[in-house]
Amino acid sequence: MRRGITATALVAALALAATACGSDDKSGGGSSSGELSGTVTWWDTSNVGSEDKVFKKLAEGFEKKHPKVDVKYVSVPFGDAQNKFKNAAQAGSSAPDVIRSEVAWTPDFASLGYLAPLDGTAALKNQDDFLPQAVASTKFEDKTYAVPQVIDSMGIFYNKKLLEKAGVEAPTNLVELKTAAKQIKDKTGKTGLYLRGDDPYYFLSFLYGEGGDLVDAESKTVTVDKPEGVKAFKAVKALVDDGTAKTDASDGWENMMQSFKNGDVAMMINGPWAVADTLTGKEFTDKDNLGIATVPAGSTAHGAPQGGHNLAVYAGSKNLEASYAFVEYMTSVESQATTAGELNLLPTRTSAYAKKEAVNSEIVGFFKPVVETAVERPWIPEGGSLFAPLGVEYTKVLTGQTTPEKAAKSTGDSYRKLLEGWK
Amino acid sequence: MAVHTSQSVVKAAGENDARGRSRGTGTPPPAPGRFRRGLSTHWYAWTMVAPVVLVIGVIIGYPLLRGIYLSMTDADERNVARSIGVNELPATYKFVGADNYIDALTGSQFLGTLGWTLVWTVSCVSITFVLGMGLANILNRRIAGRSAYRMALILPWAIPGFVSVFAWRFLYNEERGLLNKILGGAGIDGIPWLNDPTWAKFAVIAVNVWLGIPFMMVALLGGLQSIPSEQYEAAEMDGATAWQRFRHITLPGLRPVSTTVILLSTIWTFNMFPVIFLLTRGGPGEATQILVTQAYKFSFEISPRDFAQSSTWGVLILVLLMLFAVIYRRVLRTQGDNW
Repeated sequence: MRRGITATALVAALALAATACGSDDKSGGGSSSGELSGTVTWWDTSNVGSEDKVFKKLAEGFEKKHPKVDVKYVSVPFGDAQNKFKNAAQAGSSAPDVIRSEVAWTPDFASLGYLAPLDGTAALKNQDDFLPQAVASTKFEDKTYAVPQVIDSMGIFYNKKLLEKAGVEAPTNLVELKTAAKQIKDKTGKTGLYLRGDDPYYFLSFLYGEGGDLVDAESKTVTVDKPEGVKAFKAVKALVDDGTAKTDASDGWENMMQSFKNGDVAMMINGPWAVADTLTGKEFTDKDNLGIATVPAGSTAHGAPQGGHNLAVYAGSKNLEASYAFVEYMTSVESQATTAGELNLLPTRTSAYAKKEAVNSEIVGFFKPVVETAVERPWIPEGGSLFAPLGVEYTKVLTGQTTPEKAAKSTGDSYRKLLEGWK
Repeated sequence: MAVHTSQSVVKAAGENDARGRSRGTGTPPPAPGRFRRGLSTHWYAWTMVAPVVLVIGVIIGYPLLRGIYLSMTDADERNVARSIGVNELPATYKFVGADNYIDALTGSQFLGTLGWTLVWTVSCVSITFVLGMGLANILNRRIAGRSAYRMALILPWAIPGFVSVFAWRFLYNEERGLLNKILGGAGIDGIPWLNDPTWAKFAVIAVNVWLGIPFMMVALLGGLQSIPSEQYEAAEMDGATAWQRFRHITLPGLRPVSTTVILLSTIWTFNMFPVIFLLTRGGPGEATQILVTQAYKFSFEISPRDFAQSSTWGVLILVLLMLFAVIYRRVLRTQGDNW
């Protein structure tokens, strides 16, 4: 029975191999003795090379307060984070304990059951101190799923020297923007504006400027395909067609930041998150060269989107207690004051604005009123889903593959598919 | 060994029939008995193939069947079963039959994407084949520095695909890319390589051709070297021109190799995910989106992720490629290849 022995050995080996895949129990932490321990993995999405250093240092400061906790800082590119988190969260493995979730992602993640409800946990402290518009995005079905970390809006960033050379002021509306760009081109040979063509978020201020919006959550109506939406598509197309603005269908962030930092374009529409990176550019070694004004108004209105980032805890986290404490620490007044001072990011706590770091930051001072009047986005689970269809049509309009009318209609159609029962 | 045992299975079954039924001595042996006897005689063979069957079943069979099943449901991110910590969410998607297929085949998106995918595949394969053939012929002659040339031409193959695609993306950058700087130096306006739909199509095809030539060249070079040189000598003696030699010796001699590489290359190009995804992400707009990148987009990039539609497209891609392979084989067979 030599054959029999080999076969038995084979079967045994197979069985062994099948069962050998043991379970790798993560060392779960907790606070059984009242002291927090274990590992907290945090996925940060801030800009690499400028913001991330400050956030990393800040996160590691948590270890000093709780020596037994090991904070694992992971920098995830903002563009990939939403999908990466969804993949990891659904698979149930390699997901972080805490994620820096963009405001529109938060209701989406919460509705999918990926986030732990935070009401009554250590993560929430002094809830009343938060700006109400920042808190709005953290709620889903009357529960709180995140804590606001930073709030932001958009403005027009300009290169003061270039504008001075051209003899123009920062434009306040689209007409002024066009004449200013023309003058800049004539006097300095540079392009007036960089308009991001690969990210529809940068289209929102133009849409609001024409009095439009993506959807109206209260009356459950899709509004992007109303005449205002068509006008907004026409407006951005005109900017690119007449040479006022330069755009790209890919690598928009890189190209925008490089062109602005090197002085190839005089203006860009951007938010506080871009400040730290902008100041590393050769045109801005003198910080005062960077000017910021409110986004140019459209033909009927004036508006910039309200954005920001929240910190949320993964529902499957093995170390919930420490994660709650970490979120509380990262959104505390002190932490917010640090990021306001070092990165010019806007705090979400009212009391943080009184701290000297925030008071001393001109940029925080500029953006605070902008944020207060910014257009709130619909905080619906599908809020984060509205950008993909818009992005395709927006890029198509800018590259001449479709007309503004068709683009608006097609965006509206995909929204109605997405939002069941909406008008 | 497997071949040997399987033959004996057939033989044993045949004997069984001959002895059992034809004599009509009684009831035929019951099926389970035969199965058991087969098992007892050939258990060793079964054990040996079991791991292969198991592995293939797990890594190909299960995903395939699951994909086909999902394509007949309305599964998306919001209604599949999830278990995240304290949250247990059961699956709530339902069976919808062929609805997804009807939607895909009657809508404009699938057919539009298919159109560009065909253009992309045909142009990539034909250009790669022609250039690979040319280079293989050049390098098949005795020229100075032949091995250096061969090495250089194989280089794109040696570099990981994503690295070269990223390198190309830098080259194509409209403002800061090397290509436009060179054009600018020659006084030509920069080309919007990845920002204009037509140029973007051209750009992705160019990169794929660049990546595909080494394989074509090496395969065809191998084919060329297997053509006996006597045939060329005889043709030369008969006064055949270079073109005639190419037409009547090289091409027929390469036929077994070239039919195979064209089939492989077609399937690979049809599903060439990395080039499109890393270079343009299907953009600008959706100008360079091929079927696989669009299917990926459905299940990983849009929100909520549409698993049903993605699997529908996946199954349709499989069916298309299978149809292609069958027709291709049949055409070759009618032309006298025993394939």
